[in-house]
Amino acid sequence: MNAPAAGLRARVRLALRRVGAMARKELRQLTRDRLSLGFIVGIPSLQLVLFGYAINMDVRQIPTAVLDRADSAWSRKLLGELEATQTFDLRRRVRSEAEGIRLLESSEVGAVVIVPPDLDRRLLRGRGAEISILADASNPTVANAVILAGQGFGRDWSSRMQPYVVGPTPGAPALHLVPDDRHGFAPERDLVRAEPIRVAVLPFYNPERRTAVFIVPGLVGVILTMTMMLMTALAVVRERERGTFEYLIATPVSRSEVMVGKILPYLVVGHVQVALVLGLGWTIFDVPIHGSLLDLGVGALPFLAAMLSVGLVVSSLARSQFQATQMSFFFFLPSMLLSGFMFPFEAMPRPAQWIGEALPLTHFLRIARGVLLKGAPIQSLGGEVLAIVAFMAVALGIAVASFRKRLE
Amino acid sequence: MSPDDAAPIIETVGLTRRFGERLAVDRVDLAVRPREIFGCLGPNGSGKTTLMRMLMGLLAPSEGRATVLGCELPGDAERLRPSVGYMTQRFSLYEDLTVRENLTFASEVFGLSRGETRARVAETMDDFTLGGYANTRAGDLSGGWKQRVALAAATIHRPHLLVLDEPTAGLDPQSRREFWEKLFALAHGGATIFVSTHYMDEAVRCHRLCLLRDGRVAAIGSPAELCAPLAGRVVNLHVAEPERAIADLAAEPLVASTTQLGDTLHVLLGPDAPPAAEAAVRIDRFLREHGHHDVRAGESEPNLEDAFVALVVAERRIAEPDSARPGAGAAP
Repeated sequence: MNAPAAGLRARVRLALRRVGAMARKELRQLTRDRLSLGFIVGIPSLQLVLFGYAINMDVRQIPTAVLDRADSAWSRKLLGELEATQTFDLRRRVRSEAEGIRLLESSEVGAVVIVPPDLDRRLLRGRGAEISILADASNPTVANAVILAGQGFGRDWSSRMQPYVVGPTPGAPALHLVPDDRHGFAPERDLVRAEPIRVAVLPFYNPERRTAVFIVPGLVGVILTMTMMLMTALAVVRERERGTFEYLIATPVSRSEVMVGKILPYLVVGHVQVALVLGLGWTIFDVPIHGSLLDLGVGALPFLAAMLSVGLVVSSLARSQFQATQMSFFFFLPSMLLSGFMFPFEAMPRPAQWIGEALPLTHFLRIARGVLLKGAPIQSLGGEVLAIVAFMAVALGIAVASFRKRLE
Repeated sequence: MSPDDAAPIIETVGLTRRFGERLAVDRVDLAVRPREIFGCLGPNGSGKTTLMRMLMGLLAPSEGRATVLGCELPGDAERLRPSVGYMTQRFSLYEDLTVRENLTFASEVFGLSRGETRARVAETMDDFTLGGYANTRAGDLSGGWKQRVALAAATIHRPHLLVLDEPTAGLDPQSRREFWEKLFALAHGGATIFVSTHYMDEAVRCHRLCLLRDGRVAAIGSPAELCAPLAGRVVNLHVAEPERAIADLAAEPLVASTTQLGDTLHVLLGPDAPPAAEAAVRIDRFLREHGHHDVRAGESEPNLEDAFVALVVAERRIAEPDSARPGAGAAP
């Protein structure tokens, strides 16, 4: 009875010894792999900071255009108070509704506030003036924020008007308004409505404010970022790992020829991916395709090239495919979090927005949403395209410069 | 015009490469003549690969200069590329491409047009008898065939110079023979070949070669020239107990090294030893004094390995005088 127990003990002891040897070996290898150590420390820190910064559903400072048809003291007062809510950043003045919609379409603004020309008259006569806010609902979070803020603003005005309302019961159809300035220009006894200001928010582009509609075009960009970057990130390292690199650099092929040759096939692959994601989004989630697919293709081209170039930069820095994958993560994470894909760009703090503006995904998301959800022509998104092209040029330049036809 | 008069294909002067503190290649002076097979012989870590990479312009020298086909390296490397073929030590074709695809890529990357490539690939496959493997993935080939394909790829653009880094390492003798037949055919066709190896039987086949040791050129010349100084310094020995004889001979000051070849002992005499015939008599007597019987000793022809060993031993003598071989200084 003792013998089998002793045998078992010996077997367990042996097993533990081997497990110990294995674990010690793993730990030794880990401490020699600096990038993995950086990965263990860096990714959580980066994630914490980025998420902490970027997760903010409290949308503020939505870039807003104003069409002030009244252009009166009242309208200025009203707009001033609207801006004071901090939800809106009234940065543009437009002269027509069409101009406002064009800004909305190109994502330069997220909302357009329209003040009716007869504001003063209706207000003072107590007819109740209606302020319209056209909201870009392609981003449901932003649209919801606009609706909440708009309604709140309307109620707030109404309630502040209340002390000056004279009448038997609040809410009765006919009341008398004694305006702000008792001795001012207002007629003293006039009919007013319970809600002197009504704010009507018109959600544009995605009236039901469905999340899938917003997410799918963005997902196109996110998927492309990940796959394209990885494709080329592995491309040069793979040659290095397999030993074909030395053969390749001993041929007359030039550095830029290698780079462009490695990018070209994936431009096609990328477009296939775009078609795949959009096709699935369209069939499964009813994601609308309002704009021209050709425009989207044109917009996707520099974005694909930019991502592929970033991959090439990674590839010439990394020493193994594993390292390249790890490095790609460091680019992918901020792209996903700070581009406005996961969290509304408008809700991010300024520094995070600056970083976001430097990322191609941010601009591509505007292109994808603009073309797909708003039917914007690519010409109206020229600024975004230009930003991506600039990024691509820099990345490709670095990639070519860091690819040496030497072994050092 | 004799080859000596023609401008050298490769010329290096004081070529040196350091990796940190370590000297990988140390003041190498070489001149490789047109149309010769120039061998580079040396043990692992002697700097062969580093030297070849510098000759290919893939590594910048720390000091000295190298001129290959009239191009100053490493600055002029790109101008050199179209006229050189290079085989790396490790198999460096694309294993996931077929033989035909690899050859096509090699041809196109050297700038041949589609039409030229088609003709050249067909011609090369014919030349290297690769037809049967045209659609086989390079990764699925055996070692010998891989090297054959690699050589085919390295020569598809008809280079003037071939730089081959241990192309036959790990191959069986038959594959090596066939590979060298190809090399001679290429040299006959006008190519100059710079090939590294650590096989003595291959080194013997080179027109000229250099012996590399610790990054330095220990000797340079034709195999015959390298062996010549060792004439009269080699003794072949038959003895009943060869293992014990090797141990005993280590204490004999005349002997520089002993190699066992089956039942025979191949003895290289030290530089201060008397001529082989006389030394053979003394070794015979020495062994009998140590209780050996059936001893037969006689003079033998030196081979390249002897030349190599002689250089290695000479180096060791300089490095560790006397202590390594007691009584070495007392030899007559």
